Amino acid sequence: MDLELMVNSFPKLLSAAVITLKLLSVSLIIGLFIGLFFAILRLNKNIFINKFAYGYSYVFRGTPLLVQIFIIYFGLGQIEYLRSTVLWVILKEPYWCAIIAFALNTGAYTSEILRSAFQTIKPGIIEAGKSLGISNKVIFYKVQIPIAIRQSLPAYGNEIILMMKGTSLASTVTLMDLTGVAKYIISTTFKPIEVFIVAGGIYLFMTFIIHNVIKFLERKYSFN
Amino acid sequence: MELLAFGDTGWGDELFYATLMTIAVSITAMLIGFLFALIFTPLKLSQNKFLNFIANSYTTIIRGVPELLVIYLFFFGGTGAVMFVASIFGYNEYIEINAFITGAFAIGIISGAYSTEVFRGAIQSIDKGQFEAANVLGLNKFGKFFKIILPQTLRLAIPNLSNVWQITLKDTSLISVTGLVEIMRQSYVAAGSTRDPLFFYSFAAVLYLLLTFVSMKLINRLEVKYSRGY
Repeated sequence: MDLELMVNSFPKLLSAAVITLKLLSVSLIIGLFIGLFFAILRLNKNIFINKFAYGYSYVFRGTPLLVQIFIIYFGLGQIEYLRSTVLWVILKEPYWCAIIAFALNTGAYTSEILRSAFQTIKPGIIEAGKSLGISNKVIFYKVQIPIAIRQSLPAYGNEIILMMKGTSLASTVTLMDLTGVAKYIISTTFKPIEVFIVAGGIYLFMTFIIHNVIKFLERKYSFN
Repeated sequence: MELLAFGDTGWGDELFYATLMTIAVSITAMLIGFLFALIFTPLKLSQNKFLNFIANSYTTIIRGVPELLVIYLFFFGGTGAVMFVASIFGYNEYIEINAFITGAFAIGIISGAYSTEVFRGAIQSIDKGQFEAANVLGLNKFGKFFKIILPQTLRLAIPNLSNVWQITLKDTSLISVTGLVEIMRQSYVAAGSTRDPLFFYSFAAVLYLLLTFVSMKLINRLEVKYSRGY
């Protein structure tokens, strides 16, 4: 055990953890909107819209996140047309490519979580709203969405933790996130166990915090 | 399309073998995962606090740390660990472990943590009366487990194990960082030499989709088989 290395690498890894958290929070926020959008499409009665939303979530859940990042980072740059548009400003940055991939990926999982949450809402609750003469729009925003959010909290908490682990793939497109810096230190010092303990400890700490925040929210918004 | 031709002119045969490699690593990893689950599920269910603690640490650490970090640990640390064990037995030559074993072991440990949770959940949801009935019938420990508990556990566990299989299959793409030539690595090589990453990574995505689709169909059959009588 090289304690000195562990102490020395701790501040470096901690500042890299900030990048991990940044990647995580930005992609979760964008992914939440994507997820809500596709969950609503999934509930649509039109079979084409429905199938389109299903296809989106099937493709993104059925392929590894690594493939998705590589297609966006290495693949899209190949299209000549894209290089001439404004989008290229975003797509040439590995940071934004990673975020786009993460957001699309978590969006697919989130859409499934929200869809099943919407479907478990008892029809009686919606009918009660209708019989009170409340418009469909108001019922959707004031009744269905709050209930769906509460229902999906436990599953969404898991998704946040999975996504936090997913951000480690940013290191494959040259970003120096927590895993990227850990790998750099390992490959220069050849002390994998020490670095793993410190980096893994930081990840576990973040998991622990996320887990407890979700638990707190679950209790706060529970029906009783 | 000529990019995918078989033989020397295209990447078809290379990608075909890479797909077989992905399947081989996934199955090996899943089986190693079952071995870990076989060890850690009883520890999780044990009354002993210390054994509980060991099993909980395993599942918590593995499920809270990114897969890629675990793979780096095994990739950079695996050789050292094996040589250390070998030196205890008096063998001091350099030992190189191949990428397949390192990768399958790393993914297997990850998959094992998920499998452990699945089996724990399944066993816990079996009615207490089943255990008591098995006792009343005078079955010994093995008979009780293999004839009464395991068949019921499998029925409950298969849907969740199919999720673990999907996760494992997708996780094998990460082994490409160690140089094992599976789908991702082969696509990386092909993309590099043809300068057509969009095509090859999209094709890799299609291959993964195909693998998940086919395996889902097969698992559904298994599910039907094990839920006979329900």
